[in-house]
Amino acid sequence: MMPAIKIKGLGHWFGNGDLRRQILFDLDLAIAPGEIVILTGPSGSGKTTLLTLIGALRAVEQGSLRLFGRELHGASDDDRIALRRRIGFIFQQHNLLGFLSARQNVEMALELDPALQASERRDLATVMLAKVGLGERLDHLPSKLSGGQKQRVAVARALVGNPDLVLADEPTASLDKVTGHEVATLIERLARERGASILLVTHDPRILGIADRIVAMEDGRIVDAAENRQD
Amino acid sequence: MRPVWLASRLAWRQLTHQPTRLASAVAGVVFASLLVFMQLGFHDALFDSATSTARAIRGDIIVFSRQSETTSRTSGLPRARLMQALADPDVTNVTPVYLGQVIWKNPETAVRRSIMVLGADPDSGVFALDGVSVAAERLRQRDTLLFDIQSRPEYGPIGERVARGATTVEVANRTTEVVGLFRLGASFAADGNLLTSDVNFHRLVRDRTPDMLDVGAVFLKAGANIGQVQARLQQLLPDDVRVMTRDEFIASERAYWANSAAIGFIFLFGVGMGLIVGFVIVYQILFTDVANHLSEYATLKAMGYTDQYLLAVVFSEALMLAVLGFLPGLAFSWWLFGVSAEATFLPMLLRPDMAAFVFALIFAMCAASGAVAVRKLRDANPADMF
Repeated sequence: MMPAIKIKGLGHWFGNGDLRRQILFDLDLAIAPGEIVILTGPSGSGKTTLLTLIGALRAVEQGSLRLFGRELHGASDDDRIALRRRIGFIFQQHNLLGFLSARQNVEMALELDPALQASERRDLATVMLAKVGLGERLDHLPSKLSGGQKQRVAVARALVGNPDLVLADEPTASLDKVTGHEVATLIERLARERGASILLVTHDPRILGIADRIVAMEDGRIVDAAENRQD
Repeated sequence: MRPVWLASRLAWRQLTHQPTRLASAVAGVVFASLLVFMQLGFHDALFDSATSTARAIRGDIIVFSRQSETTSRTSGLPRARLMQALADPDVTNVTPVYLGQVIWKNPETAVRRSIMVLGADPDSGVFALDGVSVAAERLRQRDTLLFDIQSRPEYGPIGERVARGATTVEVANRTTEVVGLFRLGASFAADGNLLTSDVNFHRLVRDRTPDMLDVGAVFLKAGANIGQVQARLQQLLPDDVRVMTRDEFIASERAYWANSAAIGFIFLFGVGMGLIVGFVIVYQILFTDVANHLSEYATLKAMGYTDQYLLAVVFSEALMLAVLGFLPGLAFSWWLFGVSAEATFLPMLLRPDMAAFVFALIFAMCAASGAVAVRKLRDANPADMF
């Protein structure tokens, strides 16, 4: 089966001139469809840069990065924008639009699909919010929701469009431990239902259990890519 | 079409989320609309009133001394010049019009004030004014005249007096009788107007002779080609005479006030200030909307929304503010035009073409604010979100 993500010899630099500094060194990584991978490592190890490259949010400078079989090195802006629509993003902050209700925020992920009617978008968003346990909070504005509820809306938004890949950056960092664990298992359960791959960056040891594989990075290199023995 | 609709719906939801902010943005646009309307209103009113004398004179072709710049300060034109025009086969009739300033004494307060007097043969029909034809017969009598009901009130309550019957007034130290009223309006050059026969005109304005007229009105046969007759008359008459169509005559009067009196500039300056104030207010609102939602906009970009979609959101907001602010601005201006017209005796008219023009300006103003505010969108970089 074709891997969801296939990385070969990926390098990346930040800055210009004398300040130019290599962040990623010759990375190789493959993630299979439906596979759940957690990326760990100390701050500054390049995890987040790798995530933005895989998310087609940055241009690839060196090496090969194939997303769903499409080469991102040299891809146009339009190609990258089109690929992003197949990815669900979950950020450390929920980044919900404050002037939209929970359901309208989730619907924003569906409005990119011209095939969907307004009623279908509404139904899909309603079902998705019920799945994250917010079936009673459809019309609440984010300001009327708790931190965990907001992050659950963000999870619903990332997953409602049936993405092939979910990219999550410290999705539990702003939550307390219990809520954080709930959100992590929610992401895992919903992604597995849909057969989506997950690449999740975290420092939170309590959520490592959801992973099929844990990849550790240090100083821009992958130092350990082992099967998750806790599984 | 669909993304545009969705983008504008998002813009609408964002705008209406905070009603107080929306109200202050709309108030800014209302204020800008109002300022622009008032400036344009006064501008047009002053020009309309400045050309009111010219517009009062009918005639297919107007003959005017080349030394005269405006009807309010004319150099006389020999009557013989106008009579020469009768040589043209298409000319049916010519009428000399006399213009002058005389002193009017307010019958109530005895305060003296200068007033414009227009004189011409009452049977010629040369004055395109309400009420004149009715009074033609009465103006044939000695020392009779018509009073402009739209003159400034300082001349006294002549309208009321005339309604009670003919009223006697002192004009140029002569006792004259106001036998009727007409409508013309105050202008730069005249706070009020009188209208009388050519014969009575020379009784009032003693230093002028009937040989020197101010404006010559030329009437043509029905169906005559005005342009051709104009060319022939210009050929026929000496170079000290300007031969104009009526529209050209009005335009030259208007151009005199626009150019030599710098009035146009003053009002355009006011229009510009109104637009700048509106621009700044709308820009502030849009800019803070973008700046406060940078991470949300970046998230939308990460989700696969294009820059054009986000541009459409900001521009929709700008244009919604334009419409929301313009409509109350229009209504408020309508009311203020009435108030101003009563206060200044100027013909303040809010014409549809002016409303369309102001809307275009306000629309452009909001679009420009949007165009500057969206530059902040570049800071919404989804790669910085992690």
